Amino acid sequence: MRSTLVRSRRLGSVTEAVGNTPLVRLDRVAREAPSVEVYAKLEFANPGGSVKDRAALRMMTKAIEEGKLGAGKILIDSTSGNTGVAYSIFGAALGVPVRLVMPSNVSKARKDIARAFGTEIIFSDPMEGSDGAIRHVREIVAKDPETYFYPDQYSNPNNPLAHYHGTAVEILDALGDRLTHFVAGIGTSGTIVGTSRRLKEHTRPIRCVAVEPTEPLHGLEGLKHLPSSLVPAIHDFGAYDETLRVTTEDGWDMADRLAREEALHVGHSSGANVFAAVEIAKKLHQTQGGGCVVAIVCDRGDRYFAPMKWEKRYLW
Amino acid sequence: MPVVRIPTPLRTLTGSKDEVEATGATVGELIEDLEKRHPGIRDRLLDEKGVRRFVNIFVGDEDIRFLDGLKTELKATDQISIVPAIAGGSDR
Repeated sequence: MRSTLVRSRRLGSVTEAVGNTPLVRLDRVAREAPSVEVYAKLEFANPGGSVKDRAALRMMTKAIEEGKLGAGKILIDSTSGNTGVAYSIFGAALGVPVRLVMPSNVSKARKDIARAFGTEIIFSDPMEGSDGAIRHVREIVAKDPETYFYPDQYSNPNNPLAHYHGTAVEILDALGDRLTHFVAGIGTSGTIVGTSRRLKEHTRPIRCVAVEPTEPLHGLEGLKHLPSSLVPAIHDFGAYDETLRVTTEDGWDMADRLAREEALHVGHSSGANVFAAVEIAKKLHQTQGGGCVVAIVCDRGDRYFAPMKWEKRYLW
Repeated sequence: MPVVRIPTPLRTLTGSKDEVEATGATVGELIEDLEKRHPGIRDRLLDEKGVRRFVNIFVGDEDIRFLDGLKTELKATDQISIVPAIAGGSDR
């Protein structure tokens, strides 16, 4: 990996700090699978603090190249948080004004982060979830299409392409032929679809596993329960091999364990991804006596609500 | 009768309705009544320890965690909202 060759980097812009995130071995939470290597790819090392930096930056730079963004056009999108932070930071870096629609029950931390970069936030009904925010954006853009650029992370091919050209290449760089399994959650599905497409082109077979919540009403923020959701246009069932379903409780408990046992304070969707990776590792240990599993750690835990401790009231 | 606002992920259980009626002197009783009217909804909201960690139930503007939890008393005019702790996906 690049970090082994270059001790420190000098960058011309914060946008250059996206990608090349580290893989960290998880020995303690995977101790029941000692023959299997389990790694977390720490996407919180991106400058915006999450995996969403990759897709947001690529969607924005490609739009600028194609003349769809720039000259004062406002970037608008719906987001439950991390993508909004990414748009906000790169909006500031690239001189692009940003306006975001999010359900009002998104954590205060992320509203505050987006605002810090000068982003304007429009709230949608928390009862309608992320799909309500999508509908709200579409209405705003339909009324005034000349004012806005709507990247639409759920439909933009540059979302999965960011992972095809970035995330997957970095994982193969680091692990090469050792890699046997890749695990990522389904949100927009950009990470799982884009990364899996590239890993499937590798000379050796790599099994790609998507993670989704077991129930429609869940607490794994950022993940989509596909059977009850609008299926994103970029989603492609054929890109990966199987879907594992994880309960909110298992995801949350693994997030807690990662902090205490691996010193990684991560969000709940990352907890769910690592939970799935450890389950796969346990099976591999029993049946194959070896293997190498990479799970995406999407962001840090401090970006999330602690259930109602600090955020007693929502804005309705 | 108190009105209960239902978030989109649970509307498959309420015949797509975003508001339903239910009775009960407390929030706990109201959820039992909801279960009779819309079977399956209780397990989405409660586990053996009470309200599931990622589910918030509001009476008016107040989270019942800051009132008396499932023992929070209800008036006929109260509006109860079931709010996901997060902004997840929802119905088509």
